[in-house]
Amino acid sequence: MNINFTMIIQIIVFFGVILFTMKYIWPVILGAIEEREKQIADGLAASDKAAKALAEAEAGATKLLKEAREQASQIRDQAHQQAIKIKDQAKSEALAEKERQLEAARAEIELEAARAKDALRKQVSTLALAGTEKLLNREVDEKAHADLLEELVKEI
Amino acid sequence: MAEQASGIGEYIHHHLQNNQLQLVDGSSFWVINLDSLFYTLLTAVVFLGLFTYVAKRATSGVPGKLQNFVEMVVNFVNEQVKDTYHGKSKLIGPLALSIFVWIFLMNFMDLIPVDFLPWLGQKVSGDEGMHMRVVPSTDLNITFGLSLGVILLVFYYSFKMKGVKGYAKELLTHPFGPKLFPANLLLNIVETVAKPISLSLRLFGNLYAGELIFILIAVFTVGYTLEHFLTPGGFAMTVGQLVLGLIWAIFHILIILLQAFIFMMLTIVYLSMASETESH
Repeated sequence: MNINFTMIIQIIVFFGVILFTMKYIWPVILGAIEEREKQIADGLAASDKAAKALAEAEAGATKLLKEAREQASQIRDQAHQQAIKIKDQAKSEALAEKERQLEAARAEIELEAARAKDALRKQVSTLALAGTEKLLNREVDEKAHADLLEELVKEI
Repeated sequence: MAEQASGIGEYIHHHLQNNQLQLVDGSSFWVINLDSLFYTLLTAVVFLGLFTYVAKRATSGVPGKLQNFVEMVVNFVNEQVKDTYHGKSKLIGPLALSIFVWIFLMNFMDLIPVDFLPWLGQKVSGDEGMHMRVVPSTDLNITFGLSLGVILLVFYYSFKMKGVKGYAKELLTHPFGPKLFPANLLLNIVETVAKPISLSLRLFGNLYAGELIFILIAVFTVGYTLEHFLTPGGFAMTVGQLVLGLIWAIFHILIILLQAFIFMMLTIVYLSMASETESH
């Protein structure tokens, strides 16, 4: 139970153990712990950042979608208007064409009528000539009367 | 009965005797307690070996179970150090860790059945009368060795942080002011001397008492042969020893951990007091 030389050896061993721990154990293990803590903190920060970026991207996408929708409706409206315009134009063109066709048909009809009148007049003159020939029952100088008839035709 | 009583006395005495190596004849100081030294070195090697093994393979990724355990211990010690010691020091963390784990391992030797390792030693050495005390912290030399190591560090820190002048000034003026310097000096010397003594005696006392109780419990069946176990009285003694031994061992788990923790905490406190520059 006495104090003896063992104590001196124990003091030396004590410092040896502490130096060893100080050099090879403590910094290494604590380093690993701190490194891991840093990694975890970094990971959390990165996930925070990613969540923020995601939110931003979502907001951007929503905005783009809204814009696209607006544009689409605009285009649809425009197309609608254009269609109405084209339809109106076609209608008016068709009307004009109809008028024109009618005009042309009328003009032709008139022309035909004039031509028929001409032919009728000629036949009337021939008939009148033949009737006169029969009435007079005599030979008439065709040449002398042809001029007369021409004049008649013109008058009619 | 008298024969058995002397047998019991001999048994206890035998267990409290260190295995000593006399370096100088007739000297009581030049003696080495071989068993204490062997087991401190063994526990130191276990501690350093385990922690170095883990440190070598330490990864900052997902730790294994062993690394996790070691990190838990290191973190626990680091928390204690951070709570108490507010400066920056490369020494104090490793110091606290070494003290905590090493003293715990020394104390842990107490939980190994009292007769097992001495019996093994006797069988291995072939010397039937061989003495062996397996718990280093029941040896005053070991506990004083630890506490004197701590107090040397306290002196080192006092000089390093305050300088010779500052430390002398603190010793002379500390509690009562400069006018009462003799009282201050006396008080500070007592305080400084009390630190290692209280540290080592606390550890020694607790562990020595614990070991003694284990020995006393073991005394229940000293000298028993198989015939003794078969008698009702002998059987009762055996059961009594087992139950008491179990209860004391369970209680002792708390004590060995607590004593290691107290030694560590006081070391941190002493060192933080030594390195505080402003007087309070």
